[in-house]
Amino acid sequence: MSDSKDLLRAPFELAYNYKRSNGPVMSKFFEALGEQKILGTKSSTGKVFSPAAEFDPDTHESLNDMVEVGPGGSVESFSWIEAPQNHHLIKEPFAFALIKLDGADSSMLHMITDCNEADLSIGTRVTAAWSETTTKRITDIKFFTLEK
Amino acid sequence: MSTEDTPKDYSESPINLEYFYTAGSATTRFLNQVKEGNIVGQGCPKCKAVYVPPRGSCPRCGVATDIEVPLTDKGCIESFTVVHIPIPGNPIVPPYVCAMIRLDGANISFLHLIQDVDIENIRIGMRIQAVWKPKEEWTHSLENIKWFAPIDEPDIDVATLRFQES
Repeated sequence: MSDSKDLLRAPFELAYNYKRSNGPVMSKFFEALGEQKILGTKSSTGKVFSPAAEFDPDTHESLNDMVEVGPGGSVESFSWIEAPQNHHLIKEPFAFALIKLDGADSSMLHMITDCNEADLSIGTRVTAAWSETTTKRITDIKFFTLEK
Repeated sequence: MSTEDTPKDYSESPINLEYFYTAGSATTRFLNQVKEGNIVGQGCPKCKAVYVPPRGSCPRCGVATDIEVPLTDKGCIESFTVVHIPIPGNPIVPPYVCAMIRLDGANISFLHLIQDVDIENIRIGMRIQAVWKPKEEWTHSLENIKWFAPIDEPDIDVATLRFQES
């Protein structure tokens, strides 16, 4: 038997791109992000989903009535990342949070930064900060920051 | 409508996973030999089956395969598939052939490429031999073998490849 120090060990990287078809509803959502607008879909019961949902989970109806929400919202829950790792998009301490945008009834998973852990609690008001460049992806919202 | 005017109806989702692979003692022994240009399988002390690449134990008998069995780089095609669809990021241009290679004296096969042959002529049982990279490029990898190419020997009847309990 070899000692474990004699065992071969090598770094590997598994990486590939998915091309994901957005479909008619999510296309509108992502196009709007490119114009610094956040959209949601509204159901016949008046419920608004953002990020846009294609179907209402309660009534099962197709959704395509788009309404604008945000850019402000409130923290529904959060997880503080004290020591970000390589794969995190933000290198300083930040929070992953579920944010219920103004006008929406569902919440969006995104990041909150430029604050301390103690500044955050459930219900804290935050607002979207936009990326300098637009790629029509969710990262067009760079992160959320505390509402001034 | 030009391409630029078409609304983008898809998004690119990069997936990225970085990890360390630790070979384990059986694969370490095997790859240290591969680096020297040798293919050394491991034999089961009980049923005598020879495994290449070895995983350190015999799945049939549940015992460690501690017998080193030097093998040749010749064998036959156990099965194959012709790949016509390009895989993004893969430098090999289709059509190309992936085959399960059964080396002489081994009881299992492994996946590798077949080249230097017209695709229409590839068949199960065809005799092949490894085509190695130049020695200075050898590393701890079966990629030291560029591909397998046919050799001028009569085909093997694949029925003879079935494992015989000894």
